Amino acid sequence: MSNQTANAPQMFNVQVDGVWHQFPKGTRVIEACEQAGSYVPRYCYHKKLSSPGNCRMCLIEMGLPKLGPDRKPELGADGKPVINWMPRPQISCAQDVAEGMGVRTNSPLVKECQRGVMEFLLINHPLDCPICDQAGECRLQEFSVEYGTSESRFLENKVKKPKNVELGPRVTLDDERCILCSRCIRFCQEIAKDDVLGFLDRGSHTVLTAHPGKRLENNYSLNTVDICPVGALTSSDFRFKMRVWFLKETKSICTSCATGCNTVIGTREDIIYRQTPRENDAVNSCWMCDYGRLNFDYLQSERRLLEPRIFLGDKFAAVDWPTAIAHAALQLKQFSGWEIAVVASGRMTNEELWLTAQLARALDVQLIDIVARTGPGDDILLSTDRNPNTNGARLLGVTSEPGAKLPVIAEAVKSGHVKALVALGENPIDFAISVEQLSDLPAFIVMDILANTATEHATVVLPSLGFAEKRGSMINGKGRLQRLNRAVRGPGNARDDWEILRDLLQALTGSNGIYSIDDVFRQMSEAVPQFAGLSLSKIGDLGVQVMQARESPPPPVDEASDIEKGEAKKPPGRSR
Amino acid sequence: MAITVARPKLNWRERMYLPAIAAGMAITIKHFKNMILGRTKVTMQYPEEKWDSSMPEHYRGAPALVRDTDGRVRCVACQLCEFICPPRAIKIVAGEIPSTDRFAKVEKYPEEFDIDMVRCIFCGMCEEVCPEQAIFLRKDYAITGFTRDQMVHHKEKLLEIGGVMHGVVLKWNEKK
Repeated sequence: MSNQTANAPQMFNVQVDGVWHQFPKGTRVIEACEQAGSYVPRYCYHKKLSSPGNCRMCLIEMGLPKLGPDRKPELGADGKPVINWMPRPQISCAQDVAEGMGVRTNSPLVKECQRGVMEFLLINHPLDCPICDQAGECRLQEFSVEYGTSESRFLENKVKKPKNVELGPRVTLDDERCILCSRCIRFCQEIAKDDVLGFLDRGSHTVLTAHPGKRLENNYSLNTVDICPVGALTSSDFRFKMRVWFLKETKSICTSCATGCNTVIGTREDIIYRQTPRENDAVNSCWMCDYGRLNFDYLQSERRLLEPRIFLGDKFAAVDWPTAIAHAALQLKQFSGWEIAVVASGRMTNEELWLTAQLARALDVQLIDIVARTGPGDDILLSTDRNPNTNGARLLGVTSEPGAKLPVIAEAVKSGHVKALVALGENPIDFAISVEQLSDLPAFIVMDILANTATEHATVVLPSLGFAEKRGSMINGKGRLQRLNRAVRGPGNARDDWEILRDLLQALTGSNGIYSIDDVFRQMSEAVPQFAGLSLSKIGDLGVQVMQARESPPPPVDEASDIEKGEAKKPPGRSR
Repeated sequence: MAITVARPKLNWRERMYLPAIAAGMAITIKHFKNMILGRTKVTMQYPEEKWDSSMPEHYRGAPALVRDTDGRVRCVACQLCEFICPPRAIKIVAGEIPSTDRFAKVEKYPEEFDIDMVRCIFCGMCEEVCPEQAIFLRKDYAITGFTRDQMVHHKEKLLEIGGVMHGVVLKWNEKK
């Protein structure tokens, strides 16, 4: 569907399974059938990739209008064109709709074709579903039940092929399971622009393999695992960790860079097992980078802060939340606004940043900023801005230029002008404040999720939650407001960031009538014109455009775009 | 609200009680006579005596993991039994068989396999769902322990109960 422009596209009348529908010019027949409610099974076809038509699973019966002697379509009794059915089945994935076209997706011929194709695909399939990570979300399993037969007529020995091959640092290949659909090859050529995969040998002995001397190690390699319809390509990270049917799936967004790819987080019993991309054509199409996908291990780290702590006398004491909040408020009240600095984070949600801004206003703090975080980006999805919510921090007035005030804050801490430092999800050692200076501060309040050198010297430590453990909203680099959802519960006594900030604000200024995160958003939507009329639930799964893009938007990710291969193909390091 | 139950109306024969007493005595004397003559089978003296020998073939006792004649633990940790188990008694942690192992081609094995016998209801669904013929309900029924932890059968215990299974399909042998 490439031609759906705003000024009315040309519409074609197409008959699908006896019912006439209208589709815009350029619609693939397979897509038209799906829109008409007749799903056509497919292996090689993927709507974001080109159509090689090599799996033959999407065979349908097709016909074009019968033309009379005057070269005009003959009309039947119902006033519709009479269809001249083609004698042989056609593939629906490589054909666009045409005026008066007829399609049959469940005729006896089509069913016979599907049964035949399934039987061929399963001739050499190893049937090792019990150890296959794809089992449960495997197209071969699903279509075998729906369109195949229950037994095999083949008595010959199955062809042996390489198994358990390390195709790259993050992808494992099992060639016996491969059905040669070539989706992974096309993905690498067309989307990742890193042509490393190909087929070798012929006939039953064809194998998928990496080109000699090359490995599938680009930063988008795990997308091949997602689009692999069978268990040939599996994720080495997720390998044998959990069966997919146990996973609870939560729609969320990736917080590893400003792109904010839409994701599905797979969890079981409060443990995150994997992240997979979720389709959103305004943000990430169907893809996400390996770096963001695998960046969740730190949430299950041993270094998680579990209990609020305060520094009393000469040692740390684990306390309950009201005591910790009261202690923090008491420390902040000792100082005037000029003696306090707040370092927020571009990883905080809008709600948290809003409360931070409120807190800064209540304390009359001028020295407030977020930490800028950049890294090499590419032209596909990965943004150079590694903060997921820089735009939110700008919009809510926490920063005007990320990181600009940090040298001033560092200088003020050094000279002793600033006596109280509030670090929210950031480590002040990262911007040239030394450990000695931190330990000399009369008040150093830290809200973070992992223990680090800074938390060892804090006067108050407030353990908070990571991206998969809380709800909230963020604005991505293109100005799209998107929503995080809670996939797992936080560990120990750690609390939601917005609750900590709300309690701190209440301890300083009295009750503010905020009882839920929806209240925070409501307050925000009344004050910020960009959020007017919105609520957390109205953001929806796909987000809402609220700002003009600050950074140049990455070019659209589809087969038509002609992007040069991104230079920065760094292997995914885990941040934090 | 209380319900008043109407007393049954007894006829004169029933009111007299004597016929009923006589009938009861007849039964008692019959049993007494059979016991004296050794015809009545009395209670089995469990645990000195056990009924194991007369247990039917389809008896469902404790679930157990089995090895095949090659000595391989049949289970490949597909976790279908964990999924099907109605009281969620089974817990499996899968692991990867190292490439140097004799059975490396099987790739996957259960690192941990726990069945909580406090939860187990002996329904046999695990045996039915197993695609590898790896778990069977054996005839052990006396499962005891002093604590809840002792009632959890770990992998070693399950393999001990299971032993070696003959006559199962050796499908992995055909794999490369």
